[in-house]
Amino acid sequence: MGAITMGVYPGLVGSASYDFAIKFAGAAAKKGHKVSMWFSGNATGSVKAHQKHLKDYSTGEKYLTELLAAGVEVCTCEACTVARGVQKTESIEKIQWNAMHWYLARIHSADRVLLIGGE
Amino acid sequence: MGDVKCAFIVQKPQYKGETSRLAMTHALAYQTVEILLEDGDTVTPSLCFVGEGVLGITKGQKAMDIYGITSSESHLKNCLLVDLDVYVCKEDLDKFGISVDQLPDAEEMGAEKTINVVPFSEIAKKMDEAKHVLFF
Repeated sequence: MGAITMGVYPGLVGSASYDFAIKFAGAAAKKGHKVSMWFSGNATGSVKAHQKHLKDYSTGEKYLTELLAAGVEVCTCEACTVARGVQKTESIEKIQWNAMHWYLARIHSADRVLLIGGE
Repeated sequence: MGDVKCAFIVQKPQYKGETSRLAMTHALAYQTVEILLEDGDTVTPSLCFVGEGVLGITKGQKAMDIYGITSSESHLKNCLLVDLDVYVCKEDLDKFGISVDQLPDAEEMGAEKTINVVPFSEIAKKMDEAKHVLFF
């Protein structure tokens, strides 16, 4: 099994790109791959806890919690996140907070890198 | 594992979205990644601007004065200052009527590197050489 690093940039709401990234990560983890996800740009808004899942909108918390429980590593860009008014104390548990070099480090050890571009 | 080469390909115009700027800030992070790696391991990015990605990288920007945000010009200068290899596609500059002397350098900051204006074939070579290609 391989190591997959994903850069995730799209916002939670507005396109299905974020949803695809989550589904892809889940499928890869289920196959036994080691998956590391880096959230940057608008994707970082999705790390806030206590999201209400309204059926007309994509949601992050429920699926991120499942991914974390399945061993997927998720890290959010601290600068991108606080710029959006989300503090570490408000974050979904077990999501890591770090700077962009975290992503480069995971790229270094990855067999495959997938970048899901954002807005 | 040693050095891992990455090609950061910017194909969206600056200011139109966030990711074109994030390509530069992520590439800049190669300077500090070693704190998370084993001794001797490095990441070497090439930052390449192609297509509409060549828009919004000219000099004389006033983004800080007008909007209070760091300009893409400033980010580019920082990239040059930390010896990052920056490539801009010549054919795409020509397509949009942007001349080479409109591009910034960071000489006043003490940078030794300058932007490399190259044919697309050179950028394709950078992608071939890279272990990972990231499109922004």
